[in-house]
Amino acid sequence: MRSDRAPIGLTLAAIAGLLFLHLPILLIFLYAFTTEERTYQFPPPGLTLKWFEVAWNRPDIWPPLYLSLKVAAVSTALALILGTLCAAAMARARFFGRDQLSLLIILPIALPGIITGMSLRSAFSVMDIPFSTFTIILGHATFCIVIVFNNAVARFRRLSGGILEASADLGANGFQTFRHVILPNLGSALLAGGMLAFALSFDEVIVTTFTAGQQSTLPIWMLNELVRPRQRPVTNVVAIVVFVTTFIPILIAYYLTRGGSDTAGAGK
Amino acid sequence: MTATLPIRGAGDRLSGLFWRRPGVLLALLIAPPLLWLGVVYLGSLAALLMQSFYSIDEFSGVVVEEFTTKTYAELLRPSNFDIIIRTLLMSAAVTLGAAIIAFPIAYFAARYARGRWKAVFYLGILLPLWSSYLVKVYAWKLILAKEGILTWAAEGIGAGFVLDAVLSLPGIGGNSLSTSFIGTWLVFLYVWLPYMILPMQASLERVPLSMLEASADLGATPAQTFRSVILPLAMPGVIAGSIFTFSLTMGDYIIPQIIGTSARFVGQAVYQLQGTAGNLPLAAAFAVVPIVIMLVYLTLAKRAGAFDAL
Repeated sequence: MRSDRAPIGLTLAAIAGLLFLHLPILLIFLYAFTTEERTYQFPPPGLTLKWFEVAWNRPDIWPPLYLSLKVAAVSTALALILGTLCAAAMARARFFGRDQLSLLIILPIALPGIITGMSLRSAFSVMDIPFSTFTIILGHATFCIVIVFNNAVARFRRLSGGILEASADLGANGFQTFRHVILPNLGSALLAGGMLAFALSFDEVIVTTFTAGQQSTLPIWMLNELVRPRQRPVTNVVAIVVFVTTFIPILIAYYLTRGGSDTAGAGK
Repeated sequence: MTATLPIRGAGDRLSGLFWRRPGVLLALLIAPPLLWLGVVYLGSLAALLMQSFYSIDEFSGVVVEEFTTKTYAELLRPSNFDIIIRTLLMSAAVTLGAAIIAFPIAYFAARYARGRWKAVFYLGILLPLWSSYLVKVYAWKLILAKEGILTWAAEGIGAGFVLDAVLSLPGIGGNSLSTSFIGTWLVFLYVWLPYMILPMQASLERVPLSMLEASADLGATPAQTFRSVILPLAMPGVIAGSIFTFSLTMGDYIIPQIIGTSARFVGQAVYQLQGTAGNLPLAAAFAVVPIVIMLVYLTLAKRAGAFDAL
């Protein structure tokens, strides 16, 4: 049949498009090994492993890394709780204001990050709240809720109502049903949502610059290095760390949810 | 005949209550997230709006907390208005470019990719979407630098003069790609491209094969089929994708700061005004601009039926 084979031009354009999406990232890896530390000369004049050691010994990298991990962990935990509650309520029930609520959940990632950031900044200023780790978490948890919600609500919808009734018929109360029936079924979706939320928070920079004040998360550290570079290859080493730290959870999330029709990443 | 089971504790009692009154359970579930989003997010948006109606005392630099539209009037000053126009033009250019590049990828993935290739395409679009934003921007700084790979490649194939010609274009050219509007545009395009591909692919997947066959049977050339069958049916997806690319470009301040000229975009204006300049009211007013534009855009998109493709 005619439609089985793609026109050669379309195939080439599609593959070129995919390469366009992937090749740039590889350069980050290459430049981490270059011996040239002042410019972005290509091809690199020589290759070396020393920047990994230099990065390891730079004292200014560790505190931002710890802060990023802490913020991502706490924000993910908060988002897991709030997102799951939301999903549980929205999955089946129809109630007044349901559409408005779903809009409200999506809004923090639908509007550009700068609006979320500037809004929080205004609120902190109006209420005289000083910048702290807490203010960063406040922002991150807000836009992570939707990630967990998306994953959880998809799983709730696929969860057959029959097994909940069966559980009740067998004498379980609501909490036992939650513990032994809902949670095991929800588990991988929550894990996937949590992974994605963690990756999103660990990497977030736009909202964070408005809510961090003088504090520095790893992306903010990277941003400063991009604007005022010193030892450029060290930035590449950190970029690799950031890339891997976000990439692995995303891959795991993909494999956890790939069986379903609703997928984890759609609609960041 | 009574068939009630004995109540074994608080858990049973509560379960019974939830069973008899589902509204109670619903309220308990919904209250924490609703409070969080309502207070933290809507509260902040309200603060933003409020802040934008304040003004700044020009002599002392202190925020005057009285209602005024003076700050909004300042947006219309030529230097500020230019920023808004420049941002709008860039968002439009990025959206257009993304739609053109995304189409072959989305169409191939929706129509021809099967089995293993389907997964390759799916993951191939999703991974760049999710991978670190800053890392992607940084990669392009490496590519576009004057001494970087693009110049090297252009000279290697003897196309150095093409690059020079592009850079000497008035208005959008510059010293090197990393300090020109073309560079800014390229990076925006790269970073937001997956947001265009995904909804486009979703709408293309819903184009029935029988319609394409009917079109061919009625004697249409592939080009005619594309123009009068595929494109209209894919349009909701294109519009849905354009919502993302347009809104994300408008709100970004990092890409033009790292790659581009010294001319500012709305995001940069917001960032600088709230930071070094300390002019929170004007920063807030600038931040309201993308909200208003997106509201108009969303209303138009809704009328075009784009939300069915999301």
